This record gives sequence, C-alpha cells and structure tokens, in this order.
Amino acid sequence: MSDPTFPAIEVLRQHLIDPEICIRCNTCEETCPVGAVTHDSRNYVVDAAKCNFCNDCISPCPTGAIDNWRQVNKATPYTLAEQLTWDSLPAQGELDAGAATEMPTDVVRITTVATAGQGGDAFPPWSAAHPYLNLYSIAKPAIATVSGNFRLTADGASSDIRHILLDFGGAAFPVLEGQTIGILPPGLDPNGKPHHLRLYSVASPRDGERPRYNNLSLTVKRVTEDHDDRPIAGVASNYLCDLRKGDEVKVVGPYGATFLMPNHPGSSLLMVCTGTGSAPMRAMTERRRRRMALKEGGTLMLFFGARSEGELPYFGPLLKLPKDFIDINFAFSRVPGEPKQYVQDRIRARAADVARLLDDKDCYIYICGLKGMEQGVDEAFRDACRGAGQDWDALLPELRAQGRYHVETY
Amino acid sequence: MAIDYTEKIPNNVDLASNKTLQRALEHWQPEFLHWWGDMGPEGTSQADVYLRTAISVEPKGWAHFDYVKMPDYRWGIFLTPAEAGRKVNFGAHKGEPAWQEVPGEYRSNLRRLIVTQGDTEPASVEQQRHLGATCPSLYDLRNLFQVNVEEGRHLWAMVYLLHAYFGRDGREEAEALLQRRSGDADNPRILGAFNEKTPDWLSFFMFTFFTDRDGKYQLCSLAESGFDPLARTCRFMLTEEAHHMFVGESGIGRVVQRSCEAMVQQKTDEPAKIRALGVIDLPTVQRYLNFHFSVTMDLFGADVSSNAATFYSTGLKGRFDETKINDDHLLAGAVYPVLEIRDGRLVTSEAPALNALNEKLRDDYIRDAAAGVERWNKVIEKSGVPFRLTVPHKAFNRKIGPLAAARIDPDGNVVSAAEWAANVDRWLPSAADRAFVASLMGRVADPGRFANWIAPPARGINNQPLEFEYVRFN
Repeated sequence: MSDPTFPAIEVLRQHLIDPEICIRCNTCEETCPVGAVTHDSRNYVVDAAKCNFCNDCISPCPTGAIDNWRQVNKATPYTLAEQLTWDSLPAQGELDAGAATEMPTDVVRITTVATAGQGGDAFPPWSAAHPYLNLYSIAKPAIATVSGNFRLTADGASSDIRHILLDFGGAAFPVLEGQTIGILPPGLDPNGKPHHLRLYSVASPRDGERPRYNNLSLTVKRVTEDHDDRPIAGVASNYLCDLRKGDEVKVVGPYGATFLMPNHPGSSLLMVCTGTGSAPMRAMTERRRRRMALKEGGTLMLFFGARSEGELPYFGPLLKLPKDFIDINFAFSRVPGEPKQYVQDRIRARAADVARLLDDKDCYIYICGLKGMEQGVDEAFRDACRGAGQDWDALLPELRAQGRYHVETY
Repeated sequence: MAIDYTEKIPNNVDLASNKTLQRALEHWQPEFLHWWGDMGPEGTSQADVYLRTAISVEPKGWAHFDYVKMPDYRWGIFLTPAEAGRKVNFGAHKGEPAWQEVPGEYRSNLRRLIVTQGDTEPASVEQQRHLGATCPSLYDLRNLFQVNVEEGRHLWAMVYLLHAYFGRDGREEAEALLQRRSGDADNPRILGAFNEKTPDWLSFFMFTFFTDRDGKYQLCSLAESGFDPLARTCRFMLTEEAHHMFVGESGIGRVVQRSCEAMVQQKTDEPAKIRALGVIDLPTVQRYLNFHFSVTMDLFGADVSSNAATFYSTGLKGRFDETKINDDHLLAGAVYPVLEIRDGRLVTSEAPALNALNEKLRDDYIRDAAAGVERWNKVIEKSGVPFRLTVPHKAFNRKIGPLAAARIDPDGNVVSAAEWAANVDRWLPSAADRAFVASLMGRVADPGRFANWIAPPARGINNQPLEFEYVRFN
C-alpha cells in the first residue's frame, strides 16, 4: 500500500464570528459563560484560548454569524488582533502537513483486505475533495461523545442495526463521504492486550450529520454470529450498539484516500450495497440531497440488498427521497412467499440503465458490503455490458485507472 | 430552570404556586387570544409557521424550532435567572438590595413605564398585520411572523408584571392594553411612532431596524432597574429583540444588495432607470431611512426632562450599560450637551445630566444605528457603486420637544418654510415614492423564490436551506 504523507500537527476547530453578517447585537458576549467573546468599535471576536466549545452562543445569535468554524493549526490560531481587523472571514485554508506518521498496522491490514475487490489501491475521482488522514493516532485518539443511538431495523428483525451519532465538540475531525474512522473499544482482549481498532464507514456527509455541526454518524450492526454462523459477540459492534447518549468514545483516523465521491457537476453515482455497507452510500446521497437546489446535475442509482424491508437500514427515509433524485432498487432475499432477490438480480433487471451508467465517463461506481456480494455483482456487470455490446473485462481496468470503481467489502 | 409547557401559561416564575395570579392571567389569556384573532397577522390562523420558541431560558434551550399555527403558539412568561445579591446600581438607593416588590412611592411611575413599554408591543403587531399579503418570500414571511409572535410575548411579559405587582390597577391596565388600537382616532396607542402605518416591506424593515432598536435601548435601561422582576424580564426580552433588529438589518442589506446588482448590471445610477428594473433606487432608500430615523428620535422623549431625572434618581430606569460606566452613578453635578434653537440657529448647551438622560440614551442609540448603516454601506461598497447611505442629523424632522419648533434639514441646518417645502421631497418619502414602493409589493410564496427587489439571504433559518417551506398554507 502506498504511503501518503500524514500531518502530524494538531488541528483546532476554531470558533469565529463572520463580520459580514454579524449585527453587533452583543448577545453572544452576554451569553458566553467564560468571557471568550469581546469587541471593539469594529468587530466582535472570539478568544481561542478561552472558548470551550460549549456552543451556548449559537442559538441566541440572531444572524448565525457566530456559527462559523475554521480548521487551523492548534499552535497558531487566528489571534484577537487579527480578528479585529477583518472585514470578512478568511476562507478555509489547507493545513500544512508536518512530518509523516505511521498508519496503524491494523488499518493497513483491514484496508488491504477490504480493497482487494477493486484490485488493491485505486485512484480517487479526479474531482474528489482532499481527505484528511490519520489526524488522531491510537496513542492520541479523539474523544467523541455519543449524541444519539437509534435502532434502524424493525422490532423483531433478526439483526440489530443502529444509527449512532458521535459529536466531536471542539476537536477537529473532518471526514469526507466514503472515509472510515477507527473505533477503539475499551478493555482488554483474551490475551490481555488492548482491543484492535475496528473500522467503520461514516454514514454522514462532510458538513456533519446535522449540517454545520461537528458530528458524524455510523451504521453499525450488532454482530452475534461469525461468518460461519457460529454465535459470537462482536467486541466493537456490541460496544457501539450498547452506547448511551453522553458516553465517550475513542476515535482514530480518519482513513481512506480513494473511496471518495466526485464533486464536479454532472457526475453520477452508481451505488451497490448490502446491509451496513449502505453507510458510505447514505453519506454520498445525503451530500447530494443537501445540494439539490444547486441543480448540479448527474444521476444517482442505488442497488440495496437486505433480507427484508424490516432488516434494511434507512428503509423509511429512502422511500421519502424523490424519484427524480435517486433511482432505488431494493433486493430482498428472505421475504416469505417471495423469490430470493440479490443485488445482482436487480442489476440484471436494469441492465440497460446500468450499462449506460458504466459507459458514462462521469459515472462513479461504489460497492460496499459483505465479501460474498463481490462475485455476483461482477458477473451482473459483465452481463449488463454484454447486453449493450460492451466488454466488462476491458472496461474494468479503465474504470480503475480513472478512479471510477471503488470497492470496500468485509 | 426549565419552562413547563404542560402549564396553560408556560412560565419559569412558578406561577402554579400563586393561584390568585395564575387565575388572573388565565382570565386575561383568552382576551389576548381574542385580540390576536382580531388584530394579529391577517388571514393566517391556519398556516403552519416554522417558528422558534424557548424551551428554557438557558442558551441550550433557547431555540426550539417547529411548525405551529400562530393562534396555538405557546406564549409564556420567562425571566432570566435571579442574580443572587443584586443591588440597586444607581441613584439615591445605590448599594441597597434590589427590590423584589414595588416600593409604594414609586408605584405609579413604574406602572407608567411598564404600560408605555407594553403598549408598543401589540401596537407593532397591529401596524404589520397586512404585510403577509405582500411578502417577498416564505423566508421573509416567517421572519415577519416570528417578530409578531415575539411582540405578543413581550406584551405577556409586561402584563405579567402588571398583574403580579400592581393589583387591580395593574389588571385594569392589562385590559386597556388590549383595547387601544394603532392609528385609531378615539383610542390610539400611546407613542407616535406606533400609530404610523407600515404600508410596505421597506417600511417594515426600516421599522424593525430603527424602531425596534429604540426598543433595545429602552429595554437595556429598564434591565438596569432596581426593581428586580422588571430588570430580569427585560433582560430576557433583549435576546428576542436582537432577532428583530436582524430582520431589519438584513432586510435592508438585501434590498440594497439587489439594487446595486441591478445598477452594476445595467451600468446606471439614474433613479428612473433603476426603478424601471423593478428595484428600489438608493435615494429612495435614503429617504425612508431619514423618515424612520427621525420618527424614532422622537421616541426617546424630551431631551430635558424632569421625569427622566426622577426615574434615574429613584433607581427605576438606568442608563444604557449603567454598570460599565465609570462614574458615581448619581450624576449630581454632571452636565450633558443638548441641542436647542436659539435665534433661529441650532446650538448646543449644557443641561444637568440627570435631566438629559433621554438625550444620552438617544446618543447611545444613534451610535448603534449609525454602525448598522455603515454595514449597509459595506454592501454598497463591495458592489462598486459610489453611493453612501447616511444617518440624518438628530434634529431633522422632529415633532416632539423644542426642536419641533424649527425646520431642520438632514445636515442639521435650520431652514425656512419655503426652503423646506422646496426640498422635502428630496429628504423624506413623497407620495410618489410610497406609491412606487407599493407597486413593487406582490406576494411571493413559492419555496426558494424571492421578489425581484430583494436579494436572498446568505443562509436560511436554523440551518435550513433557503427553499425550505418556512410557511405551509393549508
């Protein structure tokens, strides 16, 4: 695996007031419990040394001017003197990368297995945003607070899949759709060593599960059986599924420099997933949904497999998305009285549309879910191409080279 | 302390433990709702509006957004938490503990202050009730309704004080507050600015920028009061007032932005050509500014006033940011500059500071308003248009006090009747100006759409997108 440069600096999510929309009403200064907000005759400013990210000032601010954050080097935040001279907020800059640090071996190991389906490392889409990588190490993890834990699967479903919200408070944890984070479960394994980290794809877009909040969401299935259906209790999955609001979680990462979405107008997404593999798809779909009004074009097509409706995470919300926004194809494999359907069956049923998308140089393909789906999907793509007079085996290497084919399976 | 919304009247003053007071207010409540039905926003009783309510007075509970039909809005009584050991900070009683009951000798003065403040709240709702018909967007319609329900809440705030601390007189005043009507010949509202019409949205934005800002300064003075319940009530009202000023400041900012856009695009600064594009020319904006600023100047009261001196010395009404001022807080020998007309000229003289407190508050206000106007000028500057809005002289177009005796132009020069007549249409909105602005007003009620004369805002409410359905009509 290639060895990108990782920044070693600590990143601060600095709280700043936008002087262009601030109306100098003084509400924030009055509200702040630690006196971090002051003003002169020109501007209201926030002292990075005092601000403790309590967010008390956010709601009362009538303009939202104080709901602004910039990622800065913790050692050199914007000073009060600088802020007092501003007529507008500086744009979010790139942070200088410091000396490289090691990627945890666990991450290397897991990622190698996960990306085998795409032929190892791929290129990201040319218009992908630049990902932050490895900001928090096992030695110095970020501490996130659980702000929500909701069951996604129906009561009585065979699997307990949860939507878990993690809030990072003041710690900068910038993630992109498609990236993963590492969770460090507390306690020791049977050998007396700290548990290995587990990787989870983020299920929320880059501006937060709640827009402009420093939080993200995960889609986690409680593991109660191993791959051979023998009963076990997955350490990380049970830890996460049992979390309560207010609990603190150690998080490392973020990781993932290639399973990223395109950002150029007119780019399309062809997404294939099963179960919790829907997390990155949700992130990408939600990113697009929040930008619908910008009319950037491109189409979204989703193939989503699960045992039944009740076992399919986000089933309800998916039904609410407009049909002209996303073309959804469910595949249910365990509905009593119905034939088993897998994502590859649905792909074949939509062969013509799928082939058109595979051929579209602005369409990007993402596959995420159980390892078992890889082969079936591969064959279905081959069949779809054949029907359109294309050669999948010639197309696939091109897709990889163009950063248009991304696989993450487990 | 969390607000109990299961109560008929949500409150954080433990209303349930004072059955007499609770009953009195629950008796007033249906009369308030009756008033809202008569004089609240026209034709809106069934609309679902995405409004903010307070769940608690703490910052984290301050903004809860949800759809609600306005007659179902949970108006309530919220005071900021009591500050242990608070003192009277100015005047003859400086250093004494702040009062939790009304001192007998100050009853009628305090009642008058509270009634005068309280009267402005329903008045503005009455002035603005027709504006929904010509809203420039759903976003702006929601903002209008948010302002309206909050003014309703401010009325509740004052009525609570009247009922809780002023006995039968208080209850009678609370009833009378629902009987006066803005602009009514027989039973008008108390203050002049609140009997004016608000015929169009440019007036509305100017009103919320200039006149609500007087509200801010009056509330800041009352929030200094030695009468602690009044101070705590007004303190909480100030956070709501900040939003009202935001509506006005951003409203005019967006009008100006749109006008400049059109001017730059069409490469013109001729008002006639600009108006032909369906946007408001900047000189018209300036005239509306002059009008609303001057009308608001009169709200501060006489510049030399014995009432002001009394209110201060007795500890009822302080100066703006009283506790941050570095002096003896008694003002015994101090003086303050005031304007007067002498020999047909505007001259500055020194008056006793105690008597000139209205003038001081007026001057504090002018600084704040001028800073806002400068922010509009930044918008104009950014577009490249070489125009600047200015704040007129505080003596311009005054109708109350000694300055009303003369005619003074926006630069502060005394002018003759003839000069005034010849120029007034350059300084104040003419009938033709008002007719033109009225001609632009049309109802835009599709999500995400904005009238041609106003730019969309930089962001939506509560992080919702601009095309959010801020108001749902059923």
